[in-house]
Amino acid sequence: MTTTTDTQTVRQAGARPAPPTPPKRRGGLSVVGRAPQDTPAGVWTYVLLSLTFLIAIYPIYWMFVIATSTDAALAEIPPKFLPGAEFSRNLREVFSMQDVYFAESLVNSFIVSTVVTLSVLFFCSVAGFAFAKLRFKGSNALMVMVILTLTVPNQLGVVALYILMGYMPGEGGWNGTLLAVIVPGLVSAFGVFYMRQFILGAVPDELIESGRVDGATTMRIYWSIVLPAIRPALAVLGLLTFVGTWNDFQWPLITLGGTDFPTSMVALFDLASGNYVLYRRVLAGAFVATVPLIVLLFVGGRQIVRGIMEGAVKS
Amino acid sequence: MRGLSHRLHRFDVKQMPYVLIAPFFILFAIFGLFPLIFNGVVALRTWRLDDPAQDGWAGLGNFEKLLSDEDFWNALYNTFGIFVLSTIPQLFLAICIAFLLNRQLRGKIWFRVSMLLPYITPVTASTLVFLVVFGRDTGTANWVLSLFGMDDPIDWRAGKLQSWIAIATMVNWKWIGYNALLYLAAMQTIPRDIYEASALDGATAWKQLWRITVPMILPVVIFTVVLSTIGGLQLFTEPMLFEPNPAAATGGANGEWQTIAQLIYKTGWKNLNLGYAAAMSWALFLIIVIVAAVNTLLTSRLGGGRR
Repeated sequence: MTTTTDTQTVRQAGARPAPPTPPKRRGGLSVVGRAPQDTPAGVWTYVLLSLTFLIAIYPIYWMFVIATSTDAALAEIPPKFLPGAEFSRNLREVFSMQDVYFAESLVNSFIVSTVVTLSVLFFCSVAGFAFAKLRFKGSNALMVMVILTLTVPNQLGVVALYILMGYMPGEGGWNGTLLAVIVPGLVSAFGVFYMRQFILGAVPDELIESGRVDGATTMRIYWSIVLPAIRPALAVLGLLTFVGTWNDFQWPLITLGGTDFPTSMVALFDLASGNYVLYRRVLAGAFVATVPLIVLLFVGGRQIVRGIMEGAVKS
Repeated sequence: MRGLSHRLHRFDVKQMPYVLIAPFFILFAIFGLFPLIFNGVVALRTWRLDDPAQDGWAGLGNFEKLLSDEDFWNALYNTFGIFVLSTIPQLFLAICIAFLLNRQLRGKIWFRVSMLLPYITPVTASTLVFLVVFGRDTGTANWVLSLFGMDDPIDWRAGKLQSWIAIATMVNWKWIGYNALLYLAAMQTIPRDIYEASALDGATAWKQLWRITVPMILPVVIFTVVLSTIGGLQLFTEPMLFEPNPAAATGGANGEWQTIAQLIYKTGWKNLNLGYAAAMSWALFLIIVIVAAVNTLLTSRLGGGRR
């Protein structure tokens, strides 16, 4: 925590434009007196990075190839490279599989991820605002608690969480309902921490003071001063939360597995289970469940990258 | 009227901050902290899913059983095997890729975003792909190996080492790009004059990476070591779905790659013994804390020695 200010100074120094010295030797192999980030990348850097890119995208591309093919494609050596023409047939089969509930599962995943994301954005930004800009007794100790909870591996409480859900109000408790996957995700320690860090730097104290002088209430200040200033951070946290919730598997499997109301990850598990599994179907389903996230990465990739990189520097 | 608005103002200044942070603490206490503590109680009981009447105190019975449970030790062994095979190459390759990204690149953003493709892909989906890639007869992995002259196809599910390698490959594929971005972020905060000073002895870029850059980003390296310890020791989805029939949760015909998280799931929701599953969770919690602490120490030692 105490390193924040150091980091910020360092980052300011880092933002200084690069000294306009010409490359002293061949780029990439040897650096003389220059920081790596000011050294132009050599051919090999591009070659190796492109190779990395191919390895990163290959399984996703191949998922699409099999999803569009017949059963015979799986037996081809060397592996089939171009997509086939069977995508719509495979999809139709996935959506009509009994006991998989694939269409419902996509709707469920959208509901869960959207509700969790909106809730995390609201609760974490108001809490982050309180910790960053309001004075109250015990705020430091409480913030330390938030940071400690960041390191708690929540997954280890799943047995007790399952029992707890059984005692929740309503017939039979919450297990097997979307409440069981939504409610525990409504807040996140990372979100509070991230928002606090961002608000500390993005909202000047004077602005809040002047709001106070004008007689604005705390919520009014949050709404008209803080919210407009933290839009970029909301985008980052929202994207990360949506991806994380969409991809969550262990807890949804435990609480929703075997019901007719799964999330899409649980439905994929059902698709791959049983006696008669066809991988062109399984991978067609997997591809459909992946597409929304690829679209998100395409639209919000910059924000996701920035969120991950800022998170690294601030911790 | 004046009194009321005064009181409202006092409330807004004194109590409002607590109202704003309350949702986080309340929800976290109920659904985060309480299950962890309650887990300790469940571990001391004979809690079964199929027969609530059997619920009673077991004392330390579950923990005693754990010590002599071959399945548990096998799962622990597998978890560590996969953990070592995934963490070390993962962090090493992430440093190398961050090194490549830390240049003046054309299409810089594009490269960075593409590194996150595996990170945003659902583990469930990617593992189902790898399940086919690591098939014995027609899998892509064996075909690639055959290009390098390994003509005996490997049966990736027939033994510990090969199944561990297959699963570690999935973990590495997913996390290398993500960690590379974390390292890249840290690398860009290193003050430029440090490189200016070091260049005097004509270090190559590769040497510069290991002598200057890596020691400078050590805090982030330690952070990622802790993160991958916490994540790696709880590995669940990959071992679950690597199985041709995932619902079995056995991690191979003879438990070749069954991890602890998977064994907890099987004990609790297949064998319906929640009390025993809770005891395993507590054991895993302890192990994670110890390993994370040891790894932090080791990493800071190693990094300190390199300088």
